[in-house]
Amino acid sequence: MEKVYEKTLGVLQDVVSGFCPGCMHGTAHKLVGEVVQELGMLDKLVRVEGVGCCGLGQMYVSHDVIIAAHGRACAVATGVKRSSPDSLVYTYQGDGDLASIGLDETVSAANRGENFTVIFINNGIYGMTGGQMAPTTLIGMKATTAPFGRKVEEHGYPMHVCELLAQLKTPYFLVRTAVDTPQNVIKTRKYIKQAFQNQIDGKGFSLVEIVTSCPTNWGYSAKDALTFLREKMFEEFPLGVYRDKDKEEA
Amino acid sequence: MERNIMMAGFGGQGVMTMGKLLAEATCDATDLKVSFFPSYGAAMRGGTANCFVVISDDEIGAPVCYNVEDLIVMNGPSLHAFLKNVKPGGNVFINSTIVTDPIDRDDVNVISAPVTQMALDMGNDRALNVIMLGVYVGYTDAVPEEVIIKGIEHKFENKQKLIPPNVEAFKKGLEIGRAQKK
Amino acid sequence: MAERVFMKGCEAIAEAGVRAGCRFFAGYPITPQNEIPEYFARRMPEVGGVFVQGESEVASVNMLYGAAAAGARAMSSSSSCGISLYSEGVSYCASARLPVVYVNVQRGGPGIGAIQPAQQDYLQATKASGNGGFQMIVLAPATVQECVDMVYEGFELAARDNNPVLILTDGVIGTMMEPVVLPPMKSDEELAQLKEKYGVTKRACIGHPLGQQAKCFPGSAGTGQELVNKEAEKLYATWDKDVRVEKFLVDDAEIIFAAYGISARISKAIVKQLRAEGIKAGMIRPITVNPFPYDAFRDLDFNQVKGILDVEMSIPAQMRWDIDFAVQGRCQINECRRSGGQLLTNDQVLEGARQLIKEVL
Repeated sequence: MEKVYEKTLGVLQDVVSGFCPGCMHGTAHKLVGEVVQELGMLDKLVRVEGVGCCGLGQMYVSHDVIIAAHGRACAVATGVKRSSPDSLVYTYQGDGDLASIGLDETVSAANRGENFTVIFINNGIYGMTGGQMAPTTLIGMKATTAPFGRKVEEHGYPMHVCELLAQLKTPYFLVRTAVDTPQNVIKTRKYIKQAFQNQIDGKGFSLVEIVTSCPTNWGYSAKDALTFLREKMFEEFPLGVYRDKDKEEA
Repeated sequence: MERNIMMAGFGGQGVMTMGKLLAEATCDATDLKVSFFPSYGAAMRGGTANCFVVISDDEIGAPVCYNVEDLIVMNGPSLHAFLKNVKPGGNVFINSTIVTDPIDRDDVNVISAPVTQMALDMGNDRALNVIMLGVYVGYTDAVPEEVIIKGIEHKFENKQKLIPPNVEAFKKGLEIGRAQKK
Repeated sequence: MAERVFMKGCEAIAEAGVRAGCRFFAGYPITPQNEIPEYFARRMPEVGGVFVQGESEVASVNMLYGAAAAGARAMSSSSSCGISLYSEGVSYCASARLPVVYVNVQRGGPGIGAIQPAQQDYLQATKASGNGGFQMIVLAPATVQECVDMVYEGFELAARDNNPVLILTDGVIGTMMEPVVLPPMKSDEELAQLKEKYGVTKRACIGHPLGQQAKCFPGSAGTGQELVNKEAEKLYATWDKDVRVEKFLVDDAEIIFAAYGISARISKAIVKQLRAEGIKAGMIRPITVNPFPYDAFRDLDFNQVKGILDVEMSIPAQMRWDIDFAVQGRCQINECRRSGGQLLTNDQVLEGARQLIKEVL
């Protein structure tokens, strides 16, 4: 019989995921594992993990893991990649980690063109700490620290990471994508592979932003959360390629 | 026997270089203990610049001292600021081209040399610090003159052509220092 | 004996780091320690090492954490208010048990503080350099030569213990120049052997075959964290052997100077001066300020010792807490202090000593 599917070796086998129903972290982990396995680089892979639900990944991946302090993943990854250039290094960070407390580290690493890969999970809310407002929380969206909803006058507009980084000349690859449909999963898989391939080729900073849902903290069922994701989140955070130097140079 | 030297002037007069040359040459060519401590104003250029050199045959305590044996002043403000820091019986070396105010202490030895003018006359306006170092060594014998000459050779080992004029400047200073020796 | 060279404290610190095998340095500009990162920026390319100017102290210390997690000999430096920002990363290193060496070239404080030298971070350095109650070996050099020796040895202590080591110095020693004899350059072979010896190769997060996953966890949830804490406590208990102290003319002394770093070298000069006058003075200088040499004070004969002069460039005094803890009120303790970037001089220490002598002898 032809083998049409096998489990990825990039995530631990026979471990039951503790992520909430409707959470998309599991898909993202699996994609990273699959892609790097395909690239034949699993034994060189180092994950630098942010704080928050992203930090739960340590329990599910099969490769080397460094837990960074909240927001510092890009600085820690700089230390790892610079001192061990043969390692395949990626950070895995949420919106609070990457775009709030760690914005300086993110922007500076991107601007230095650090040769590692960033997987950025944007669900517009703080998950693990219980639904506080994130830099990417939508206008009007309620959070425990914005109980009357996010207001422009008080909180400003949601922060757009890909657009912000695209102001810099150095970053090599910036893309915003999703994993809500099989088509999008396939697309995201392609982007993640490209982001790792860029690193292998020494091309510099690549960031894949995955816009995801957080049914638990949004207060929706998994299904309704998908509707909100497509109708509201994608409207605020348009999917697409924001920088691809491969194409620019071609 | 410990000797505390304070050198002071404007930034750009080579005060730090003078202190460092004395200290480094002493390190390289003798077994004496020696320290150098710089003290800058907040501005990068044109501000005050002073430094402390301590030369001793025993372990050195504070590298900074406000009760010194020797004071070298390259400009007027330094004289007014630091004259009080010289021990009775100590030595005050004056750049007399610029420092024209009278010295209002009679318990110190004053050694004058118009080092700014001398440097200009030599066609080497940056050599005023090396001339002053010559004056200092000539008067005090704090270290043998060969120590400084070796130091100059070492400092300019990659710019050989600067060695002779600097050695010459140093020797001019030596003569003045020796001549004023009591 | 190797030739002595005339070096600035900061530059000597950096060169000692390179010779000890440091191949990763990250730091952020702050006076009075800029010569350390500047030196590494020039020197690292010559030895195949990495220098990164971090975007902040916070980022720099976390780069250090990453480099150490990847098995590199890593080092950083900063000064006082910058060191405050190191708390996070150093605490993570202590929790994940990573060996790093960092240097605090102290300036004034609190807050931004004067850029001039001070000793105002003693309690932070020795008691709580970050959250969580971790401890480090903290070495306090009094000369440029000691800066060199302590950085060189600091890497071995850090590697031995898998724990951060702090060099606590100040803007005087960092800025002054003195003759030093430099230690030999550790060869690549030697460094590779040390990696094996300390198990770095296996532990380093640089990628491993499946099933051999390496993890760098700064503690972990629930009971895991307590295990980490207990392991750390076991380490700290082994440091009795690492206590270092200089006792200068203490045996028959009636007054004792207590000082570390720059204050100690000044005090020592005054002790000699007083001895020449026939006054029985001595000095106790903690060389490791953590672990602190409590016994050096506890074991004094307080029938003979009439008074202690704590000399520090800090107002209020900080090392005083440790001295008090050891002396327990058994003799008078006076303080001789400056702070906020005002330098101690021989004359001021002498004046403080005369006052103590008047009061107790």
